[in-house]
Amino acid sequence: MGRASAIVGVVLVTLVAAAALLSFVWTPYDVSALDIAAKLQPPSAGHWLGTDHFGRDVFSMLLVGARVSIAVALVAVGIGMGLGIPLGLAAAARPGTLLDETIMRGNDLVFAFPSLLIAIMITAILGPSALNAILAIGIFNIPVFARVTRGAALALWRRDFILSARLAGKGKARISVEHILPNLANLLVVQATIQFSLGILAEAGLSYVGLGAQPPTPSWGRMLAESQTMIAFAPWLALFPGLAIVLTVLGLNLLGDGLRDMLDPRLRRRVRT
Amino acid sequence: MLRYVLTRTASLVASLVVASLVIFLVLEVVPGDPASFMLGMNAQPETVAALRSELGLDAGALQRYATWVGGVLSGDFGTSYAYRTPVSGMILDRVQVSLPLALLSLALSTAIAFPIGLWAAARRGTPTDTGIMAATQVGVALPNFWFAMLLVLLFAVRLRWLPAGGFPGWADPVAAVKALLLPALALALPQAAILSRVMRSALVDTMSEDFIRTARAKGLTRWQVLTRHALRNALIPVLTIIGLQFSFLLAGAIIIENVFFLPGLGRLVFQAISQRDLIVVKSVVLLLVVAVVLVNYVVDLAYLAVDPRLRRP
Amino acid sequence: MRDSSPLRRLLAATLLAAPLLAGTALAAPRTDIVVGMQLEPPTLDPTSGAAAAIDEVVYANVFEGLTRFGPDGEVLPALAESWEPAPDNLSWVFHLRPGVKWHDGTAFTAEDVVFSFDRAMAPDSTNAQKQLFKGINEVTAIDDVTVEIGLDEPKGLFLSNLAWGDAVIVSPASIDTDKTQPVGTGPFKFSKWVQGDRIELVRNPDYWGEPAKLERATFKFISDPTAAYAAMMSGDIDAFPVFPAPENLAQFQADSRFQVIVGSTEGETILAMNNKRPPFDDIRVREAIGHAIDRKAIIDGAMFGYGTPIGSHFAPHNAAYEDLTGLSGHDPEKAKALLAEAGVTGLKPTLVLPPPTYARRGGEIVASQLRAVGIEPQIVNVEWAQWLEQVFKNHDFDMTIISHTEPMDIEIYARPDYYFGYDDPVMRALIRGLDFTSKDEERNELLRAAQERVATHFVNTFLFQLAKTGVADARLRGLWPNSPTQATDLTAVYWAE
Repeated sequence: MGRASAIVGVVLVTLVAAAALLSFVWTPYDVSALDIAAKLQPPSAGHWLGTDHFGRDVFSMLLVGARVSIAVALVAVGIGMGLGIPLGLAAAARPGTLLDETIMRGNDLVFAFPSLLIAIMITAILGPSALNAILAIGIFNIPVFARVTRGAALALWRRDFILSARLAGKGKARISVEHILPNLANLLVVQATIQFSLGILAEAGLSYVGLGAQPPTPSWGRMLAESQTMIAFAPWLALFPGLAIVLTVLGLNLLGDGLRDMLDPRLRRRVRT
Repeated sequence: MLRYVLTRTASLVASLVVASLVIFLVLEVVPGDPASFMLGMNAQPETVAALRSELGLDAGALQRYATWVGGVLSGDFGTSYAYRTPVSGMILDRVQVSLPLALLSLALSTAIAFPIGLWAAARRGTPTDTGIMAATQVGVALPNFWFAMLLVLLFAVRLRWLPAGGFPGWADPVAAVKALLLPALALALPQAAILSRVMRSALVDTMSEDFIRTARAKGLTRWQVLTRHALRNALIPVLTIIGLQFSFLLAGAIIIENVFFLPGLGRLVFQAISQRDLIVVKSVVLLLVVAVVLVNYVVDLAYLAVDPRLRRP
Repeated sequence: MRDSSPLRRLLAATLLAAPLLAGTALAAPRTDIVVGMQLEPPTLDPTSGAAAAIDEVVYANVFEGLTRFGPDGEVLPALAESWEPAPDNLSWVFHLRPGVKWHDGTAFTAEDVVFSFDRAMAPDSTNAQKQLFKGINEVTAIDDVTVEIGLDEPKGLFLSNLAWGDAVIVSPASIDTDKTQPVGTGPFKFSKWVQGDRIELVRNPDYWGEPAKLERATFKFISDPTAAYAAMMSGDIDAFPVFPAPENLAQFQADSRFQVIVGSTEGETILAMNNKRPPFDDIRVREAIGHAIDRKAIIDGAMFGYGTPIGSHFAPHNAAYEDLTGLSGHDPEKAKALLAEAGVTGLKPTLVLPPPTYARRGGEIVASQLRAVGIEPQIVNVEWAQWLEQVFKNHDFDMTIISHTEPMDIEIYARPDYYFGYDDPVMRALIRGLDFTSKDEERNELLRAAQERVATHFVNTFLFQLAKTGVADARLRGLWPNSPTQATDLTAVYWAE
């Protein structure tokens, strides 16, 4: 099961990524040009997935939307890793100190805020845009990575090879970077995949309530929001963006599970017994 | 141990102070003036100034922060700018929708997840297990607002079995539960998918423990072992997830409450932000944060009581 | 994936259980109504808040003024039975209807009228349309049923100003609680408000006029257009006088259970430009934008065909209306030539869009049409609060799309500090002239000149007159087709057999 689903995951993620890349160089139609006369056409040979209420090609919009979703989720994961991992490493290097306590309480504090509400507040202040969606999602990735890093790093600090590195006179910061971090790579890659898929869902939710990428840039969540009133007579408008989200998130989750099985020898052993 | 409790309590208080400051400051910089919003396009400047002073918006920031925190501590959340009614009353009204919705979806998700998780664990490695797990993967990937749209289309618009939204109030409990059914289902299904996966893996993990092997060796069937021994031990991670989901459901139902136009806490805050009814936003967000922080605090102390190893820092 | 039976079983169980939960059908004719509205009123006192939703609930239902608007915008007697101006037009005497009672049982007198006007005109008044009372110098009660209002100078629109929701008469006894529990003189009494959900009114048995036909009315607030559609389709709502999604009207029309009521509103929908900010201070740039816009595509694309093209800031159903759309016909080549003449290239103006469909959808179409002539608008979606702050108050915008829904509001072009910043002495003189003219013919002459003035100056690009698109149960009668003011007058509404 593990291998098959991992393959499905890889295929799905590759497809979505390819669609996003393809949209940079080619889309069947220009998504910023409106053609009111051709509005709300059902799927046909000319428009594979039909047209929306402005006569735009849904397939082309999905391609460009993939680009937006991936970019937002990816950068948000980047923010989470870029800030969360150093914080987690620092906390783990000096457990129980004021630094550790401050970082962990800060984490709890961010976790304590209802994330969607904060995202809405951020966009109320800064105005809705893809960039602010990235920020809102990214902030909530920081404590996730900080916590995962700290937890795993704490266990490593008790291991013999770290002790010998300390005896060799290496500083805590250096050990963190040279010895701890490489050993966390697998774990962090798996976590990144999970956060990536959560990011896609979060971006869809935010742009569904109008707080993500702004028009004329298409985004899956906004396509769903805009098509909602037309679902009864133009179901393709609500169906395909929803499917795109489900397939992307599904692909990433399957990929994440596959990676975990592959990269985590402890887990693999357990699965085999 | 006492020291731990003391530092933990100190950090709790610090967290709350920081949280209230963050919330207050964030809302200070939100553009848009509640008074101009309420009076609209033809308002004269002196009218806006009169309303600002009526709402207490012309005081200094420090004074307003002190008034707010002082009020909250004494149970007075102030008066809504937009509705001109006490905020505490509004929150109480909305909790009567949000809390039952969260509980109902939690119950639904648990009711769906338990049998599915058990079943998959019992058939581990078989095509049934594979099928169930694949289905839950799809469930996890489902955006709940999209699922909600599909539910409304089918059950409210096409079949007309359940209301499309709104909330009639608890005077008629049957109608109230009917109104909450679709939103609860929309919220519950993706959560159930997560929960059943956790359930299955927790069961599978405990099944490989020694005491289970002993039980199997004593001649109990796989199903007996699963329900009698493994389930109890698997309950801890499952309950942790349920706890997490509950706070998510309470505050995270904003979008669903909008799809079904339910007068709940999430929609209250969402509307209040767009109406710049910041006094409502402040208090509700603070309340949700306090709830989560307090739960964390209690859980930490509870772990301490259960696990003596933690008593040594 | 093949074996997804748990889910399927769950679905089947739900499907089987659902019919048991379905409600029972109601017997006709009914004496109650559930009216859907997109926005909930923040308070229920029309004299201290601007929200249109306040009037949409209480105007003519709960509160009444000295005069009132009729279904087509005509000014009718209300609490004042009759009135006569002094020969110099500097004071008016109003004869109040005798025997009128407030909903709390107290008697309505001339003192209440004096109180209401004094309150609205006071320095600390929070009346959102305080300009309606400008020029009134004194309001005096002559006896219990007679009031005299003195003016600084004649006011052409005086009687119509008194008909606004912001000028209704309130009772001094209940003024402190009117925001949440309004006490008026109208055919319906306030009964209950479940904030965030609905407001309930009941018939006023002691109404001075012909009593309402309905016994109770519920206003239900549904902001989301999809939810509004679902609520109509599922029968949760009986009427949605301003239905938010024009794309669904065709379905309602095709369904015999519903009637679609299309009428006119006072909403001139415009692409406003910041006349004080370069390059929009150049008339050639504004004219170019006028020619770049295709009104028909906007009405079709954004409003699904509902709306009437306009060429100036004036409602087509008004007698003084003049069709000036030809001045700014769709002509992208001419637009490009004008831009070249003005020496404008690489223009990237902000296009600020408030929440309504006409603005958000219209904005996307406008942006695409402007791109075709070499202008690259940057769309900024904002909420109402932010629009008021950023555009309306601070004038920090290049372009915006907005519907001006107040009746006869071409006078905003005579306010140099108004948000679009049009400063023209000729226009100011024209509007001022209106206050000194009460003959219809002369007034219309002035109004036509004013329309031409703003159209030939291309102050803004005038897009279309917003249509009132209502949906109601096919058996309902007596709803207003048009929207001369923000109101949902339920007095004459009833269910046909």
